[in-house]
Amino acid sequence: MINIQNVNKYYGKHQVLHNIELEIPKSQIFALIGPSGAGKSTLIRTINALEEIQEGQILVDGISVHDKKTDINTLRSEIGFVFQNFHLYPHLTALQNVSYSPIYVKKVSKKEAETRAKELLSSLGLGNKVDSFPGQLSGGQQQRVAIARALAMDPKIMLFDEPTSALDPEMIKEVLDAIRKLATTGMTMVVVTHEMGFAREICNQIVFMADGKVVEVAPPEQFFTQPQSDRGKDFLNKVLNH
Amino acid sequence: MDYNLDWSVIPQNMDAILEGLWLTLQISALALLISIPIGILAGLLRISRNHFISFLATTYIEFIRGVPLLVLLLWIYFVLNQFLHLGAYWSAIVGLAFFSGSFIAEIVRAGIESVPRGQMEAARSSGMSYITAMRLIILPQAFRKVLPPMASQFIILIKDSSLVSVISVADLTLAGKNIVGTTFRSLEVWTFIALLYFAMTFIISQVIRFLEKKYKVAE
Repeated sequence: MINIQNVNKYYGKHQVLHNIELEIPKSQIFALIGPSGAGKSTLIRTINALEEIQEGQILVDGISVHDKKTDINTLRSEIGFVFQNFHLYPHLTALQNVSYSPIYVKKVSKKEAETRAKELLSSLGLGNKVDSFPGQLSGGQQQRVAIARALAMDPKIMLFDEPTSALDPEMIKEVLDAIRKLATTGMTMVVVTHEMGFAREICNQIVFMADGKVVEVAPPEQFFTQPQSDRGKDFLNKVLNH
Repeated sequence: MDYNLDWSVIPQNMDAILEGLWLTLQISALALLISIPIGILAGLLRISRNHFISFLATTYIEFIRGVPLLVLLLWIYFVLNQFLHLGAYWSAIVGLAFFSGSFIAEIVRAGIESVPRGQMEAARSSGMSYITAMRLIILPQAFRKVLPPMASQFIILIKDSSLVSVISVADLTLAGKNIVGTTFRSLEVWTFIALLYFAMTFIISQVIRFLEKKYKVAE
């Protein structure tokens, strides 16, 4: 479903992604983990062209994401993206945050889009927050609205870029639970995360990155018990034994 | 100082004053209405990724902003008017609109740039085109942030409209000059004219304050 082929990315002379090769099949959940500065967020942002790449290509459902001829807006409307800092629209209510793209991009009728938005918000435990503005919601609630906003477009793929890193500890669970629930629906997902227990529990594959390279790709049990690379062993030592 | 105040000069010349006031209101309102789209367009073009378009907008802003309004009005009336035949009335409106537009452009640019980058990314990542994202997500947020500097700009526009009297547009200031010329009642006439200008700008600032409250967002 997502084919990342020999991708190189530079900021000026500095190379931030090195020959990335990754294939993510439909209905699979991949976690990108690794030390900060490894290029995890940069990589996930290249999948919907929030970041450009200089070499290689990325195919989503066979469509080349970075090809100038690709209709990027249509492609993006099929890929949900959830940001670390939510990026909800502060001037719009939760309901409008969720229903705007269906209305203005997919041209769904306002009534239909709002009914669906209410369903989504309710299913994420936000049924009573429909008319709240983002500034009136807690971080955990905001991130759940952001997840509802992404789901409202009925995406084929969901990308999560450190969805819990900006949250207070007591709010992490409510957001992880929302993603867990989504995992049971067979959604194809890529998650950049520092929540090792969560990655181990829901993911089909762990992609371990360091220094802009994919160092190791393995099922969670294997990666967390018998990492093959020295970098992987070193990383796990630091994050699991503290 | 031995001076007998005589306010009767005001009601005696009320017709002339009201005519001048009406013209000032017309010119200010039209110039304001025209300067807003000019300013928004120039502000948007200035942040365009196309260097040529950005250069054109920057040239307009820097040039018009850098010339005194008085000189701009004289230039439009005595130079541009030779080719376009605008007449004094439209010369005044065009001059004020483009002058004010160059300031509004910078306010708009600052407003757009004050909206966090993540807002555009979020909108684009959900499939919105650049223009749709600008219209629905960025500009409404920028609008709220630029209301206070816009209020100042509109107030300046109304006050600056007093300069159009130099190209013989019979605005409120010229009406005052004419009345003082025949009655020599400077104190009464200029005080009253000043109060009328103040009344106009005060209404504008109250309207903007109302808009600020109405569109205030919980942060």
